[in-house]
Amino acid sequence: MSTLDRFEIHEHDVIVIGAGGAGLRAAIEASTNGASVGLVCKSLLGKAHTVMAEGGIAAAVANVDKQDDWQVHFKDTMKGGKFLNNWRMAQLHAQEAPERVLELERWGALFDRTNDGTILQRPFGGHTYKRLCHVGDRTGLEMIRTLQDKGVHMGIDVYMECTITKLLKDDGKISGAFGYWRENGKFVIFKAKSIILATGGVGKAYKVTSNSWEYTADGQILAYDAGAELIDTEFIQFHPTGMIWPPGVIGILVTEAVRGEGGVLKNKDGFRFMEKYDPERMELSTRDVVARSIYLENKDGRGSPHGGAFLDISHKGADYIKKKLPSMYHQFKELADVDITTGPMEVGPTCHYSMGGVKVEADTTATSIPGLFAAGEVAGGMHGANRLGGNSLSDLLVFGRRAGLHASEYAKKNSSKLKLDENEMKLAEKEMISFFERDEGENPYSVHTDLQELMQNKVGIFRIEEDLKYAIEQLKILKERAKKTKIEGSRMYNPGWHMAYDLQNMIIYSEAIAKCALQRKESRGAHSRIDYPNTDPEHGKWNSIVKKSNDGSLVIEKSPLPEMPKELQDLLKEKDLVKK
Amino acid sequence: MSAILTEKPKEKESFGKTQRKDLWWFEPLVYAVGFGAFIFYATWAAFQGKHYEYGPYLSPFYSPLIVVDWWKFSPAFLILWIPAGFRMTCYYYRKAYYRSYFMDPPACGVSEGCKKYTGETAFPLIFQNLHRYFLLGASVLLCFLWGDVIKAFNFNGHFGVGVGSLVLLANTFLLTMYSLTCHSFRHLIGGFKDSFKCGYQYNLYEKISCGNKHHMFWAWVSLFMVGFADLYVRLCSMGIWTDVRLI
Amino acid sequence: MPAECTIKKESMDAGHDLPGEGHKARIATFKVFRGDKNTGSEVEYKVPVEEGMVVLDAIHYIQRNISPDLAVRWNCKAAKCGSCSAEVNGKPRLMCKTRLDDFSSGEEIKVYPMKSFPVIKDLACDVSWNFEVNKKITPFTPKENTSWIMNQRDIDRVQEFRKCIECFACQNVCHVIRDHDLKPKFAGPRFFVRVAGLEMHPLDGADRLEALKNDMGIGFCNITKCCTEVCPEDIHITDNAIIPLKERVVDRYFDPVKIILRKLFVKR
Repeated sequence: MSTLDRFEIHEHDVIVIGAGGAGLRAAIEASTNGASVGLVCKSLLGKAHTVMAEGGIAAAVANVDKQDDWQVHFKDTMKGGKFLNNWRMAQLHAQEAPERVLELERWGALFDRTNDGTILQRPFGGHTYKRLCHVGDRTGLEMIRTLQDKGVHMGIDVYMECTITKLLKDDGKISGAFGYWRENGKFVIFKAKSIILATGGVGKAYKVTSNSWEYTADGQILAYDAGAELIDTEFIQFHPTGMIWPPGVIGILVTEAVRGEGGVLKNKDGFRFMEKYDPERMELSTRDVVARSIYLENKDGRGSPHGGAFLDISHKGADYIKKKLPSMYHQFKELADVDITTGPMEVGPTCHYSMGGVKVEADTTATSIPGLFAAGEVAGGMHGANRLGGNSLSDLLVFGRRAGLHASEYAKKNSSKLKLDENEMKLAEKEMISFFERDEGENPYSVHTDLQELMQNKVGIFRIEEDLKYAIEQLKILKERAKKTKIEGSRMYNPGWHMAYDLQNMIIYSEAIAKCALQRKESRGAHSRIDYPNTDPEHGKWNSIVKKSNDGSLVIEKSPLPEMPKELQDLLKEKDLVKK
Repeated sequence: MSAILTEKPKEKESFGKTQRKDLWWFEPLVYAVGFGAFIFYATWAAFQGKHYEYGPYLSPFYSPLIVVDWWKFSPAFLILWIPAGFRMTCYYYRKAYYRSYFMDPPACGVSEGCKKYTGETAFPLIFQNLHRYFLLGASVLLCFLWGDVIKAFNFNGHFGVGVGSLVLLANTFLLTMYSLTCHSFRHLIGGFKDSFKCGYQYNLYEKISCGNKHHMFWAWVSLFMVGFADLYVRLCSMGIWTDVRLI
Repeated sequence: MPAECTIKKESMDAGHDLPGEGHKARIATFKVFRGDKNTGSEVEYKVPVEEGMVVLDAIHYIQRNISPDLAVRWNCKAAKCGSCSAEVNGKPRLMCKTRLDDFSSGEEIKVYPMKSFPVIKDLACDVSWNFEVNKKITPFTPKENTSWIMNQRDIDRVQEFRKCIECFACQNVCHVIRDHDLKPKFAGPRFFVRVAGLEMHPLDGADRLEALKNDMGIGFCNITKCCTEVCPEDIHITDNAIIPLKERVVDRYFDPVKIILRKLFVKR
C-alpha cells in the first residue's frame, strides 16, 4: 500500500492556514477569484485571536478629522516603526485600509457612528488624527464575525481543529501540507497549488502574555523549515497595559482605547508620569515608549503595589465608560472586583505582538518559496520596530486580501499536477508519533514553563548582551529537552501532545528572537538594550534576516533596507503638518 | 472537527435530574403558589356575583358592569376573560407558568423527563400569538377602569377621597403600567421598524423598551393590587371593613 | 452524556505540588468528567487556590501538573472568544469567568462538558451542528442604492446582538435542544440572536420570516428565558431578540387583520 492511501486527503487550489482576520479575508478573496479554497484552523471557526482586538481598525477614512489621508497614516506608521518598516507595505496599507473598512461595512459590520451617520473614529497612540474605526471595545469580534459569516456562504471548506505540522514541496514548489486532527489525532494531507500562512504570532513563548495557546509561531516555523526567510524577529511588542492583579488574570489585555478615550496613567504617588517621558503625546505615545515608562517607574520604586501603574478613566463618568468600554468594565468588575467607573485599574506590560515574521514581497505577500504566501502577524516587515495600535486589524484586511488574490492567481497559472513526496510525509508522521514511543521523558508543560520564564526574564522588554547569550545557551538545552518529552494517553484530543509539537516551534522562534536581539546593538522601537540605550542611525539601514542553513542550524544576517522612492522620502522629511 | 454528527439517541433522563446544588425549585414554587392563590381568589370572587360595589367604588373584576337579563351568571364572567386572556398570553406569565405548572423546564439545566413537546407551534398554545388582541381588549377595559377611578372620587356629587379611592387609583395605575410595558405594545409602537425616521417615535419606543425591562415587576404588583382592590371593595360592602374618608 | 456512560470514581492529586500543612493556601476539590462518547468517569483533583483564580486556571493546573491529556477548549481566557463553555455544578458557564471565590470553602466543584452536544473527549464536545445551522441563514443583503448612512440610535439594538461570542451556552441550556432534542427543526437562541441582528439591521433588505417560522422553528421557543440567564455577554436574548422576532412572525402569519389587509391592498 502506498503511503498516500493511508491518509485522508483533501485537495484545493488554495489552502489557508489560520482563520483569524487575515486568513478569513484571504479565503474570501481567493474564493471570489474563483479558486477552490480550504481554510484550516487550530481552533473552532471564529475563535481566533482577532476577537481579542479591542480598540479599532486604523484607516484614514477621515470622517472625524477631515485633514487625514493616507500620506499622514503612512508617515505615522513609519515613524511608529522607527523607519525600519518595509516602505511599500506601509504605503499599500495606508492606501488600501479605508477601502477594506468600508468593504466590511458592506458585508454587514456595524461600526459606531458619528452624528452624520458615518463611521466614528477614535484617537490612538501614535496616530496624528482620530483614525480608529471601532465598535465600542470589541472591534475584533465584529470583524471576525463579519468575515466568518461572509465566508461560510461562499463555499469555503473549513477544516476546524486541525494543526499543520509540515509544508510539502514538489521540486521546490509548494504542493501541500501535512497535519493532524486535534479531535482524534489522525493524520491528514491537504493537496494545494498554493498555501497562505495566516497563523499569527508567538506570544505564548512569554510568561506574561495577552496571547492564547494558539500563538506558538507555527506559520513562521513552517515557512522557515521549508526554506523561507524570517525578518526582524527581535521586535516583540509589549502592550503597556495588561492586567497584573489578581494572579489568575495576569497578562489579560486592557485595550489602548482606555487611553484613547482619555484614560491617564499615574504612579503610586499619583503623578502623571508620562509628562516626564513624552510630554507631547502623553498617554497616547507609542506602545514601546509607554511600556518602557511603566517599567522605569517601577525600577525607581514608584510603581503600583503589584509592579505596574494605575490607569484611571473614572473622570469620564459611569455612563460614558459603560457605553464606550463595556467589556473593560465587565472584565475588571468580574475578574478583579474593580469598578473602573469609580477607581483606577492596575496595569503593566504584557507580551502582545510580534512585528517580525516571514519575509514577504510587499505587493503579492509571496515568500521566497513558490506557492507560499503569508499575511497578518505571521508576516514581518510591515510594522518595522514597533506597531501602532489599530494598524494590525487593517494589516490583516489589506494583506489578507492581497494574499488571497495573488495565491489564487498563482494557483491558476500553475495548474500542472503536483506530486506529494511520500518520504516527506513519512518523516512528518514519524516525528509526531515519536512522542508516544518513549518509555520515559519530561512533561511538555514543564519545558514550556521554563521557556516562558527564560524568555520573560532574559529576552523581555529590556535586554543586555550577557542575558541574551545566556538565553541562547539555555535555548539549546530546552530544544533537547523538548525533543525528548513523553506523552501520556492516546492521540485523541490530547493537549499534552499538541503542546509537545508547538513547543518545538516556539523554541526555534525564541532562538531567532534572541539571536537577532543580540545582533542589533542599539535600542529601537520595541527592542531596548540596556548596554546600547541609544538609537544608532547605522543600524537603521538594515533588517535582520533569519534562515535555516544547510546543516539545519539557524543563521542570521543583515539585509539592507529596500530603497524608498523619492516622493515618499520627501514626505517623511516634511515637517509635521498639523498637531492636535 | 468532522462535519458529520454521529449522534446516538439520547437517554431520556428522569424528571428533576440536575447537577445544580442551589435551590432551583424555590423560584418556580413561589410563582406556582402566588399565581395559584390569585387564580383561586379571582375565580371565587367572580362566582360570587355580589358585594362588588360599595359607595362610589366598583371592583375591577366587575368593570365595566354589564347587567343584562339573558345572562344568568355573575356579570364578572362577561368581561373577566379579557384580562385573564391578556395575562395568560403575556410573554412574562408564559415563562412563569410554563416553568411552574408545565415544568417545561422546571428550571434551567434541570431535566424535564420524558414527554412530547410541540412548544407554541400547535394547538392550543399556537393561540399565544394573539396576545396583541388581548392587549387591545385590555386597553378598552382600562378606559373603563379610569372612569371608575374618577367616579371613586365623587361622593354623591361632591369631591372626596376615601382609602378606597386611592386603592382604585393605585390599581388602575399599576394595570396601565403593566399594559404599557407589554412586549406586543413595544412591537406595535416601533419595534417592527428597522430604523426610525421620526425622533418622537424613537423616544417613545425607547421609553417603552426601558419600562419593558421591568415588565415582570409590573406584572406581579398589578396582579396583587387588582386582587386587593376587589377584596377591599368586597370587605367594605360586606361590612367587615370600614372605608375611611380622608377628605 | 451517552447512554452507556458509566460513572466511576477516581481520585488523583499532584502530591508534591500541594503546599505542605501550615500553609495558608486553600485547596479546592474538583470533580472533572473524563471520558469520551462511549464511556466516562468522574475524576477527583485537588488544586491549590490562588487569589482571583477561575475554574479554567484550575483546569490548566490539572493539565500542567496531573493529567496533561485532559482535553479542554480555550483561547482568550478573558471571556471574549467563548471557547471554554462547560457545566460547572450543573450550570452552563464560561470557565474563564467562573471565579473560585463564588464557591464556598470546601465545596466540591463539578466540571462537565456541555450536555446538549456529543462529547468528543473530557470537556470538549462536538458543536459542529451549530456551524451547520449558521450556514443556512440568509446572509446580510444590503438594500439597493443605499447611501450607507446609519444613525447610532438605529444600530444600538443590533449592536447588542453582535456582542455574541458564540459560546453556545444558550444552545446548551435551551430545553428544546437539551431535553427535547429538536435539533433538526429548531435553530436555537444563538441563531435567533443572529437573525435578529440581520432582520433589524437598518440597511438589510432580505426577508427571513418564513425561514424563522418554518425552518428555524421559532414557535418551539416557549420563552422560558434560560438562554438569557446563562448569557455571559448579558444579551437580553429573549426580550430583545426572540420576542420581537416572534411579534414579526405574528405580523406575517398569525395576525388576522394584517393578513386580510395585506390580501386586499398589497399587490403581488
